[in-house]
Amino acid sequence: MLNNYLPVLLFLMVAVGIGLILLGIGFLVGRGQKDPEKLSAYECGFEAFEDSRMKFDVRYYLVAILFIVFDLEIAFLFPWAISLDEIGLYGLGAMAIFLLVLVVGFIYEWKKGALEWD
Amino acid sequence: MMNELVSDLSAVRAEAFLAAGICVLLLFDLFIRDRHRDLTYALAMLLLAGTGWLAATAGGDGRVLAFGGSVVVDPLARVLKVAAALAMAVVFLYSRPWLRERQLFRGEYYVLGLFALLGILVIISGHSFLVIYLGLEMLSLALYALVVYDRDSPIGAESGMKYFVLGAIASGTLLYGMSIVYGFSGTLNLGELREYAAGLDGVPVFLLVGLGFMLSGIAFKFGAVPFHMWVPDVYQGAPTSVSLLIATAPKLASIALVIRLVAEALPELLVTWQVILMTLAVLSLLIGNIVAIAQTNIKRMLAYSAIAHVGFILLGVATGTTAGVEAAVFYSIVYVVAAAGAFGIIMLLSSRGAEADQLDDFRGLSQRSPWFALMMLLLMASMIGIPPLAGFYAKWIVLLALVEAGAVWLALFAVLMSVVGAFYYLRVIRLMYFDELPGGAPVQAPGDFRLVLSINALLALALGLFPGPLMDLCTGLLG
Repeated sequence: MLNNYLPVLLFLMVAVGIGLILLGIGFLVGRGQKDPEKLSAYECGFEAFEDSRMKFDVRYYLVAILFIVFDLEIAFLFPWAISLDEIGLYGLGAMAIFLLVLVVGFIYEWKKGALEWD
Repeated sequence: MMNELVSDLSAVRAEAFLAAGICVLLLFDLFIRDRHRDLTYALAMLLLAGTGWLAATAGGDGRVLAFGGSVVVDPLARVLKVAAALAMAVVFLYSRPWLRERQLFRGEYYVLGLFALLGILVIISGHSFLVIYLGLEMLSLALYALVVYDRDSPIGAESGMKYFVLGAIASGTLLYGMSIVYGFSGTLNLGELREYAAGLDGVPVFLLVGLGFMLSGIAFKFGAVPFHMWVPDVYQGAPTSVSLLIATAPKLASIALVIRLVAEALPELLVTWQVILMTLAVLSLLIGNIVAIAQTNIKRMLAYSAIAHVGFILLGVATGTTAGVEAAVFYSIVYVVAAAGAFGIIMLLSSRGAEADQLDDFRGLSQRSPWFALMMLLLMASMIGIPPLAGFYAKWIVLLALVEAGAVWLALFAVLMSVVGAFYYLRVIRLMYFDELPGGAPVQAPGDFRLVLSINALLALALGLFPGPLMDLCTGLLG
């Protein structure tokens, strides 16, 4: 059974090897003149505005959670779509119920105003 | 295929009905005005009645396995499900005036409460690790949200946070134990697990490790020492209507959890889990009863009292005998009756705006409301275990099962701890009858609240005088 994982192991070794070699070449061959400009924080070419560890609006959290719900729905839909010819009507019904429940949640969040920013 | 689906769905009809009903309730509540909010309450009660009826009739009289053996409907499931639906109906009824006075009377309370009930029903009928875990998560997530239901309350937020973090760890522990057992036995199904354990030659270490993790998770959800830290904080910090909810129906899910996962699935490993359950029970009886004496907040006191009662329930299961398990189920139903009544009285006294969660709020209750002082007296006496109340009979059959199983010392210890516990229940009675509260206002509450609260307290007496009917329901549970 473990034989099946040999390619994965080889792939991991190659990936780690390439990463180490690229970093190592840069470290060994590069001249590395460090000056304040190079060591300062880089933000799209201009001065950094403020500390990045600031408070941010709790509504981002709500949006993120709502996003994850519907993102996970896709994770269920893909394997379902691929095996649809085997699971047949039963699978179709089960997914219909699942989507229906999600729609109920969607109506709830919409009506409660969770999708409005202000 | 089609016939199989129909019979499967028929076995889980209570759960299916409740799940569909919750969706309808959620949408219905969105589109009605605030002054019609009573309709949400009425619809929730209708759903509970329907669920209770469907649960009582599901699976005929016998034991039915559905969905490839991952769901079971047996007498145990029927008794506990009906009891849970009834408990939830009582919770909703007590909560309505309390929530309304605090501007918390919103549909979400009912939706989350019903989701918790759905989780409870799924756990009770679970016959596979996955189903039980799904039910447990559904119950827990609804409870986390309910604890912070009054979101402007700092103490509520604190206890909700503690409950959430500790509960997540406990769920992880339980799941880890399940995955270890699954990894070695190769089955999620409890029936197959039982056969696998029966065919074993000696007990492998991995099974013990998995069992240990599972028992830790169960003990946490049950609130048994040393996994009890969340119980007092949550009971005290949550809105009283939510403490009432947490103190009642979920206990029925916990007893189902321990019976399904341990007593039914792994009878072969009795010697091992017996020791663990007995240790948990002894510690719970000791810590629960002694620490409760030091409390001045009655919600906190009832939390420690709940821990002590969990000790008794675990003692019943730990015997491993049919009589012991049935006694534990009987005990937990009687406990739920008494706890619902005690929190009901707190909410009755609170319904004039201020919270009555201090012991001192019970001073002189016998002058302000002789009737409800008497009801509280009955409930406290039932929790102590004074004959002829239900608590006495429940303790009696647990002790009897213990002695029959040969654990005489444990029975003696349990009796001793009950005597210690009597102190703090009697203190409530003393405050009500022998102390005075100058300027106390008479108790006011709606008629249905008074009526059901009286029936609830009198039930603690009636079940003690006539334990026969409930005892009949609790025999032959494991088929």
